[in-house]
Formats: sequence, C-alpha cells, structure tokens
Amino acid sequence: MFRLEKRPQPSRVFAYLTPVLAVIATMFAGGLLFAALGKNPVEAIRTIFWDPLFGEFAFYYRPQLLVKGGPLILIAIGLSLGFRAGIWNIGAEGQYIVGAICGAAVALAFYPLDAWYIFPLMILAGALGGMLWAMIPALLKVKFGTNEILVSLMLVYVAENLLASMALGLLKNPEGHGFPGSRNLKEYPSAYNEPILVLDRIPEPDTCSGISGLFECARSGSYNVVADFSSGMHWGVLTAFIAVIFAYVLLNRHMLGFSIRLTGEAPRAARFSGVSPTRIILFCLGISGMMAGLAGMFEVSGPSGQVSIDFNVGYGFTAIIVAFLGRLHPIGILLAGLLMALTYIGGEIAQGNLGLPSAAIQLFQGMLLFFLLAVDMLTNYRIRLVKREAA
Amino acid sequence: MKLTHILASAAMALGLATAAVAQDKTKVGFIYVGPVGDGGWTYEHDQARKAVVEHFGDKVETVYQESVPEGADAERAITQMALQGADLIFTTSFGYMDATINVAKKFPDVKFEHATGYKTAENVSIYSARFYEGRAIQGHIAGKMTDSNIVGYIASFPIPEVIRGINSAYIHARKANPDVEFKIIWAYTWFDPAKEADAAKVLIEQGADVILQHTDSTAPLAAAQNAGDVIGFGQASDMAEYKPSPRVSSIIDNWAPYYIDRVQAVMDGTWETKDTWDGIGPGMVGIGEITEAVPEDVKAEALALKEAIANGEYHPFTGPLNKQDGTPWLAEGEVADDGTLLGMDFYVEGLTGEIPQ
Amino acid sequence: MDLSSITPALLLASLMVAATPILLAGIGELVVERAGVLNLGVEGMMITGAIFGFAATIETGSPLVGFAAAAAGGALLSLLFALLTQIALANQVASGLALTLFGLGLSSLLGQDYVGLKPTPTPSFNIPLLSDIPFLGHVLFSHDLMVYFGLGLVAAVWALLKYSRAGLILRAVGENHDAAHALGYKVVRIRILAIMFGGACAGLGGSYISLIRVPQWTEGMTSGAGWIALALVVFASWKPGRVLLGAWLFGGVTVLQLNLQAAGLAIPVEYLSMSPYLITILVLVIMSADKSRAPASLGRIFHASG
Repeated sequence: MFRLEKRPQPSRVFAYLTPVLAVIATMFAGGLLFAALGKNPVEAIRTIFWDPLFGEFAFYYRPQLLVKGGPLILIAIGLSLGFRAGIWNIGAEGQYIVGAICGAAVALAFYPLDAWYIFPLMILAGALGGMLWAMIPALLKVKFGTNEILVSLMLVYVAENLLASMALGLLKNPEGHGFPGSRNLKEYPSAYNEPILVLDRIPEPDTCSGISGLFECARSGSYNVVADFSSGMHWGVLTAFIAVIFAYVLLNRHMLGFSIRLTGEAPRAARFSGVSPTRIILFCLGISGMMAGLAGMFEVSGPSGQVSIDFNVGYGFTAIIVAFLGRLHPIGILLAGLLMALTYIGGEIAQGNLGLPSAAIQLFQGMLLFFLLAVDMLTNYRIRLVKREAA
Repeated sequence: MKLTHILASAAMALGLATAAVAQDKTKVGFIYVGPVGDGGWTYEHDQARKAVVEHFGDKVETVYQESVPEGADAERAITQMALQGADLIFTTSFGYMDATINVAKKFPDVKFEHATGYKTAENVSIYSARFYEGRAIQGHIAGKMTDSNIVGYIASFPIPEVIRGINSAYIHARKANPDVEFKIIWAYTWFDPAKEADAAKVLIEQGADVILQHTDSTAPLAAAQNAGDVIGFGQASDMAEYKPSPRVSSIIDNWAPYYIDRVQAVMDGTWETKDTWDGIGPGMVGIGEITEAVPEDVKAEALALKEAIANGEYHPFTGPLNKQDGTPWLAEGEVADDGTLLGMDFYVEGLTGEIPQ
Repeated sequence: MDLSSITPALLLASLMVAATPILLAGIGELVVERAGVLNLGVEGMMITGAIFGFAATIETGSPLVGFAAAAAGGALLSLLFALLTQIALANQVASGLALTLFGLGLSSLLGQDYVGLKPTPTPSFNIPLLSDIPFLGHVLFSHDLMVYFGLGLVAAVWALLKYSRAGLILRAVGENHDAAHALGYKVVRIRILAIMFGGACAGLGGSYISLIRVPQWTEGMTSGAGWIALALVVFASWKPGRVLLGAWLFGGVTVLQLNLQAAGLAIPVEYLSMSPYLITILVLVIMSADKSRAPASLGRIFHASG
C-alpha cells in the first residue's frame, strides 16, 4: 500500500521536475484524446506546443504570447500575494472589469481632447477602480468577518451586469449606429495603449505589405515589413514584468513580504510577533484588486480596444489557476502565465489547421491543469511503500 | 537589427510556403462567435461553409474557428487565418468589426467579409440580411392566428436590428388584426436556453398565444409546445423538429448563396468591395415551410406577401407610418431609406412600452 | 403597463420550476461544504449532467434513465475532483476551476451528435386531489416529479444533518478534520462520498435544464447556473432550509423580472439581475452577527500526518 508522508522541506528537485512531468503526462493523455478524435496526435501536440514558438509564423505568435500572458501574469501576481497570506480573492474577474470600465470612462470623458496626461489618468483610474472593488470584500472581512471568497465571487456577477449596462448605456458609442459597445480606444491616440518597442518604424514601400509582399521584400532586402506585426509589448505587459520583480523583492527582501508569508504559514505566530491581520488583509486585497484593475484597463485601452458586453473573457479566473501553477512564486507565475498563453494560442492554431473542435482544446487545458495540480503533491509529500498492517 | 533579420528570414520562409499552396486551392476561413453546435446563428454559418465545400469540392479548402471572443482574441484568430494563407475570410459577428478592419490593413491581398457591420475597406466587404422582411410575414401570420390578440416577443438586445424586427412584425400583425397587442421581453442574451424558456413561459402565462423570438435557441418553441395551443416560429434555422406545431414557419439565415458567390468571385479574380443587404429576393432570408397548422387562406396571404417582398413590389416599411409618440415618419406610399432602418432606435405607433436604454 | 396580466399563481408556479436546477445543485454543494470541501466546479458538473442525462434519454427513451445517468455523470466527474483534492492533496479552489473548464469541454465534445434533437418528454405529475385546490394546487401540486424530488431532497438533507449520526460525523469532519480524525473517523472517505453526492446533485440539476426546463441540448446551456448554486449555499449560510428560500429568491428575481417586462414595465434589467448577488453579500454581513458561520475547515487541505 502507498502512504503519503509530508516532507520536512518541500523538495527542490520535485519543485522543478513536477511541472515537466505534468506537461509530458498531458501530452500523452491529450495525444490519446486527439487520436480518438481521428487526428494525428503527434501533429496535434506539435501544433499546440511547438508551432507558436518555433513554427513558420512564430514571429507573429511569440509576441501574441505576451499579449495573452500579460494580463494573466499581472493578475496572478496580485492574487498570489493574498494567497500566500491565506486571503482568497477569487473575484479578480470583477476587479478586472471595473478597472476597465473606470479606465475607459476617463478616456471617453476626455474624448476627443488630445493631451499627454489622459493615459496616465486612465492608469490611475483603472488601478483605483480595481482596488476599490476589492476593498469591498476587504472592508467587510475586517469589519464583519465575512468570507472574502464568497463576497469577491458575488461581486464578479455584479460587475458583469454593470459592464452590460455600461456597454448598452452610459459608455455606448454615440456614433455606433445603436450597437452596444463603446468607442474604440485604438482610434483615440491619447488613450491608446499602443505597442511599445515596435521593432522598426521605417516607412515601408507599398510592395512590402501583405503576404505576397512579405516575400518580395524579404528578397529585396527591405526587412522592416515585419514591423507591421508589433512586438506584443504594450504597457500592460511591461507592468506585468514590473509586478513580477516587485513581488519577488517584496516577498524576499521586505518586512511586509515576510509578514505576509508568516500570516499564511503560521497565523498565530504572526499575531504574536505584532503583525496586524487587518493591515495584511487590506494590503493583499487592495493590491490584488489594483493589479486586476490595471490589467483590465490596459486590455480595454489596447488589445481589446472597447468596452463591450462580452469584454471579459475569464482572465480573472484563469489567473487563479496560473497563480497555483506557478506555485505562488513570482518567477513560477511568469512561466505559468506564458505556458497558459501557449496552450491558448497553440490551441487556436490547432483549431484552424487541424480542425480540432474548441471543446477538445478546452478539455486538453483541463487535463493539463489536473496533472499539474496532481503532481504538485510530490513536492510537498513523499510517497512511501508500506506493508499493509496486519488486521 | 539582428532581431529583424531573424524575423525576416521567418518572413521569407512564409513567403515561400504560401507561394507553394496558393496556386491550387482557394482557402476560405470562417470566424464564428459561438460553437457550431448552437443550433442557431453559428450553426447556419457553418451550414453555409459546408455548402461551399459541397459546391466547389476539391477547388476549395475551408477552415474555421469557433467560439472566438470579440476583441483581442478575434484579431489574433483572423490574423492567424490570413497567415495560414486564407484567400477569403468571413467574420460572422458584429463584434469582429474593428478587428477585421485592422487585420485587413495588414493583408491587402486577402479578402475579408464582415457580417452585420458598417465599416468597409478596399478589401473588406460587409453583408447582412434583411431579416425584417421575414418578420413581416411572421407578423402577418401572428396577427391572423392569435385568439387572445396578445403576441409575445422575445427580444435580445436593444439594437437597431432587433428593433427593426419588432416594428416590422408589429406593423403587419396590426394590418392583419387591428386589435393585436405586443408584449416584449428583452432577454439581454442571444442565446441562453433556460432564460428563453422562462421568457416564453411568462409571455404565455400573460396571455400570449403566439410567440415570436429574436433569440437563437429552440427553448421558446418547446415552451410553446408544453403549453399547447400556442404557436411560434423558427429563428435563424428552420427548427423543423417542432413541425407542424408549435413551429408554423421560420426565418432561415441562408448564407450559402452569398458565400458561394463570393468564393467564386475570389477564384475568378472579380472580387470587389460590396455592401450587401439582401432579403428574401436573392435568397439570403429563407422562409421555412408554412405548416398545415396555418389555415389555407392565411397561408396564401403570407405567401403572397412573401412574393411581393421578394420581387420588390412591396417594402415592409411603407407609409403612412408614425413613430410611437405620434410624430409622422413616413408619408403615404413613402418607403423607409436604408440609413434610417440601419440606425432604427424607435418604435412605430401602437407599440407600448419603451426601448430600454 | 398592465400589472393585472400577471397571475400570482402562475408566477409562483414558474418560480418553483426556475428554482429547481439551482436548488438541486445547491443542496449538493451544501453537503460538500458542510464536509469542509469547497468545490467550485459546480458549473462543470451541471453541464456534464445535462449532456449525460440528455444522451441517455435519447438513447433509451426513458427520462428516468436519463436522470440516473445525469447523477452518475456528475458524480463521476466529481470523483476527479475528489482524487485531486483528497488523494493528491491539491488546492481546492484551483481544482474546482479546472473541473469547470474540463466539464465544459467534455460536455460539448460528447454533445456534438445531440444538437437539435428532442428528448422524450418527462410527464408532469399532478398530484390528484391536491392539484385541484384553487391557487395552492397550481403553485405546489402540479409539477413534474423532479420538482418534488428537489423539495424532498432538501428535507432529507436537513433531517440527516440535524438528527442522524451520519450528519453529525459529516459536520464534525467539516468543522475540525483533525479532531474528527483523532476520533477515528475516516475523514478522506467521508469527504469523497460527500463530493460525489454533490456531483450527483449538480448532474441532476443540469439534466433538469436539458430534459425539462428547456428541453434540448446545446453547448454551454447551463450558462452560469452552477455559479448561482455556489452563491446560494452562502446565501443560505449552510442551512438546507435556507437553500430552498434562496433558490426561490434567485429563481424568483428572474421570473419576476421577465413578468414585469412582459407587463410593459420599463425596468433596468441589469440592475435587477445583480440584485440577488448584492442581497447575498448583505446576508453574509448580517450573518456575521449571527452564530452561523462557514464550516471551520472549509477549503483546508487535510493530511493525516499521524
């Protein structure tokens, strides 16, 4: 019979090895699934994991990994701080929505004014909006001891209804022929979260655009055509990277980070050593709300461009999974966010190229998560073979 | 500079690869907003895709991606198809409008077709269907068939497309039966079977014996069937499984003729930007079989109406018509212009309630 | 506007129907949470139940078999969650979310061949005599069997938790798993059973939507009912009787909203739709003054390190 035995120290070897194990296991199980659907399993797996990174069109997909992974990482970093302290904000989706609404509202209030300060103000509004939305469960927890898991989850639905109301009412594009959705912020330069680090901005000859043009230009030596496809780096992605560093420093080098970890690992000890639980709750929920709000704001002003009824696509929930896949460690979250983005983008390619149904991709992602969560056990526990005790 | 070199060699590879495939087959991409199994909007677009495959056989290759969220994900999905060498891409939801335009700028040689939007470009056409023509026929049947004089209408979102449908149905129900009254529920969803079922039940409980729907599931028909003595219409697809009653007729989105036409144009090199808004005449709006549950004379009138609309003799929005508040809109014999119809944000006279804001 | 067109008896009767799916899923989740486990995968289990039930009904022609299959399907899926959280000791929040993702994918894959079909209708079951009572007869006694089953299940869970030894053990496990373990109770086994019960209930709730309330199969057809069921358990402050109240409230707001609209009343739909969630938060706050709180071990990982 097997027995689990808690390791005195989490195993370092397994901490690095288990994610790899999980990915391999998923490839195997996923391969079986794809084979059952009548697709070539090797090709399917290669399409999902290899093509976005090293395939023919990787120059486009690699930046897209940042676009997709950026918000996931940003939100997950914020959440991980709370999770470390045993504070469960699972309403990041709501904070993401409110951040986006606030950011967009500021931009639309200034429209069509052209001024440098609009974008910074939007960032501020997004951060504040997300933070205030997260402050509701925080204050209720501090004041009344209500469960933050549930309050933050309820607020997601409130936020979703608020979003629908905004898209159909207050923020609706007055020139949109009555369709729901706000103005597109991509067409409003002062509010557009445009890609930074664009590879090359030299004006290109006409022949260089389009697929056939690409070939012509590559041959003639005017390479800058690739500039058409941005680097994927926008302010939100940059903020996500800064957040990773911030969280790393906070947790490893700062007293507050120590207090957070202590609160999570030994709440009683934390209290005895003078850590104020109220402060930790307010800080953790506040900062996770702020980051989710920022993510929403950067998304609405950049890749998405407008407030619409279905603006939110579940980043707030997926980020919870990312936080756990990353073992609540900043670097781990960075990698987990990119891995998650890879399965999304690879999955889309597999849909387009191999005709895999999107349901199969969803199932595949579910499997990956299951395996990753299951093997995590090996890090903290040891499996021991024990003889069955005589009855 | 190094980075650009690497990228350029990737571009080179891409150029070679596409040059190789581009010759033999025309590749057509489809971006769907829902799952192909939704039985309504997306299902019909996918049926049309299959019709394209059937029509052209080996000369065409189709790819599709389903349940693509609007926004950033849509832009990536469309770009991906263009990169994979698609020659023509249909983006089948209003929310893909800006994404389609953006991607089209990067791929001037690829043709794009965006459904139900209003932005065109040199390589972007738009197409939509005059569903209100079908609504007129439904309205006529509804007005004739109702005994309680109450017609229930399940609307989705308060947008011009939906408001147009309500007005058209109402005008013709009123013509057929001056005592008719519309009860309208805004479901705030295109597709939520449970909610649609509830909405239908509520309307039936409040006396409606005809249910019109502008949401895509068959749930309202099932509710009508359970209630007995209530009729409804198929929406988006024929919903033939509810024949002969409660489903007495249907509006079918028939994109196939248009899709085949456009693919052919790409093959022939004759494709150019168009703004298509087709109705019953060209076959984009199909009227499903009117079943025996409808009396012969009503059926004949409905078919006559269909014929008149199809050959252009009659426009469903022909004056005299007033707006809800009584202000004149169309004078005797005047026909509504497309601009007003496209942006319609008012009810016609006689409808009660207000459009939610 | 014409409020007189709303018939109270019909309104209440359709409220009972609208409440049934979330009632079934909610009462199952309540048992799971009382055992100290937080399973956020209700939506995934419901949709899996919806397709299992639908497919089985189509294949066999018997709604009864369908409901049994739905319960089995939901329980089977929840077993995955149980393995992850109870055997592999994975985090419950993340596992639950993963379960929802998995369930949504699985159901649409399984359901591909069932789009557009009509299931065998489930007979409605008018209780003789009682259903003839004016008003009450229509509200209470003229529904399909599953409505009564749901009510019965709530009563059974209530009685079991309150009076039976099994209920006592379940609650002990949920309040303090270490103490329960020390007393010799099989914490893991009890929790796995509770999780599977929750899965079965969620599956039934899902199949109620696909077999009776709608009835048809379409991808994603539960459209968020599972999340409402989660809210419901909190709203009910983990008490079975209040789950019933909550289900009526949540179902009632939807039905009432539609009724008011049909009667021609201009109401801000979005704001009415968010009200049940706001009320739930309010209930949470009020409850904090009350003694009833969440089970103390809710969401915590148990490992017998003895």
